[in-house]
Amino acid sequence: MKRISALLLSGALCLGLLAGCGGGTSSTPSTAPEQSAAAATESTAPSDTGATEVTGTVNTNGSTSMESVMGSLIEAFREVQPGVTVNYTASGSGAGITGAQDGTCDIGLASRDLDSDETGVDQITVAKDGIAIVINPANPVEDLTIEQIAQIFTGEITNWSEVGGEDAPIVPMGREAGSGTRDGFESITGTEDACVYQNEYTSTGEVIASVASNPNAIGYASLSSVDETVKAITVGGVAPSEETVLDGTYAIQRNFNFIINESTPLSEAAQAFVDWATSTEASDLIAGAGAVPVAE
Amino acid sequence: MNAVFFICGFIAIVFVLFISIYLIVSGLPAIREIGLVDFLFGTEWASTASEPSFGILPFILTSIYGTCGAIILGVPVGFMTAVFLAKVASPRLAGIVRPAVDLLAGIPSVVYGLIGMMVLVPAVREAFTLPDGASLFCAIIVLAIMILPSIISVSETALKAVPPEYEEASLALGATHIETVFRVSVPAASSGIAAAVVLGIGRAIGEAMAIMMVAGNVANMPGLFKSVRFLTTAVASEMAYASGLQRQALYSIALVLFVFIMIINVILNTVLKKKEA
Repeated sequence: MKRISALLLSGALCLGLLAGCGGGTSSTPSTAPEQSAAAATESTAPSDTGATEVTGTVNTNGSTSMESVMGSLIEAFREVQPGVTVNYTASGSGAGITGAQDGTCDIGLASRDLDSDETGVDQITVAKDGIAIVINPANPVEDLTIEQIAQIFTGEITNWSEVGGEDAPIVPMGREAGSGTRDGFESITGTEDACVYQNEYTSTGEVIASVASNPNAIGYASLSSVDETVKAITVGGVAPSEETVLDGTYAIQRNFNFIINESTPLSEAAQAFVDWATSTEASDLIAGAGAVPVAE
Repeated sequence: MNAVFFICGFIAIVFVLFISIYLIVSGLPAIREIGLVDFLFGTEWASTASEPSFGILPFILTSIYGTCGAIILGVPVGFMTAVFLAKVASPRLAGIVRPAVDLLAGIPSVVYGLIGMMVLVPAVREAFTLPDGASLFCAIIVLAIMILPSIISVSETALKAVPPEYEEASLALGATHIETVFRVSVPAASSGIAAAVVLGIGRAIGEAMAIMMVAGNVANMPGLFKSVRFLTTAVASEMAYASGLQRQALYSIALVLFVFIMIINVILNTVLKKKEA
């Protein structure tokens, strides 16, 4: 009898799994709050926001690069304002800006600044994203200009001796298509769709590991994930760091922006989220998600 | 009680049907939009370019080359090991080798990938003075090792199932032990050994994690020392951030892979049926 009930139980579990699959198929990468693995929610628990409780739903839509930052913010914001549900749809910066213009979302997300022809919307910078260029520690090269980096990744410069290094082939390592870091790197260096990679990796960790093990490799990685196994070179004489990203001297960086419609005022819930995300309370979370917070 | 067995058996069928239907339904739209010929025989994959192209011939060829390479390296070694375990080795020696083979089967593929990435890839780079070691060659070596356990255990079982009378008759006619093994036992077990090879092919073509870490993942047309992308790794590497047609095309790749696996299963069933006949 025990065996029968065990079998039935496992059968029920299997069916449950199946039902879960069926439901999951329709979902776009709309990140519900429970998904992100953000840490440090305790540290940001309401300190001085004990004031007004608001309720409502905030729809955000846009940049895939901002996924980890938004995930952390959304998860922590549930503790700050339990009545507010923030939804995030990863669709790309262009779609985020269009969404804010059309009013199809409350807050558009863009990992670039607005162009002059994108009117009717304002941008609020929540964070900056610095991308470090990493090489093997055994490589004597210390500095590259942004033009040299672009030429290396498009295959115009193929030997380290051309940029002051030893006579050895340059091995460019990159990320997979669709990666936010790749998108950021290629758009800043102007090498979209033109990069010739030796290998493509699906995570920052793999890029770092491969650069650490190959003396001739060069790769790019989010600033926060660079460790001592690789050497982050200076770009145009500026070393990558939180300070140089913040003061704008480090070239390979971009803004993470909230895009907000000029004519339609934000809902109370959306305003609360924007205020909170741009305050110093969210700084640790943004840093934890790999970006540089701008709030002071 | 019978109802319980029926329900359990039914669950397996439901899963297979669900996966098949889901893959077909979600895989066909992209193929229709891209065009079957352009999709299967296009040589360029640039899924996020401003003018994207979705040709998966590089992935198909890589998967075929990689699997063939793994079979060429893995089958002779696996077959000889099976002969050794079933017919040559003393029980004590076999008692040491067999658990080692079983252990090989139990190692998770990500561990194969990790060791391949940290040891094999740099070694290949040094040995062949390549810009980087991650290549089809590394993937073939990793796959060859990964398919060894299934080839060994299935072939060994087949060799052990050969009726002892056959071998006794051969020995009585004056053949040596080795002659008996290769002229009598192996032919008698041939369909079982063939099944082992097909099983190995199935395992090799479906592997993703280990080869993703050693193959380099660039959508090049395959070359032995080039960075390549397999059908499985093409799906796995881009799914995380994919959207729109790119995402649908990944489902279509999964559908193509599914068709490959189905063909291999049909072959396996035919081989096994022949054995019974």
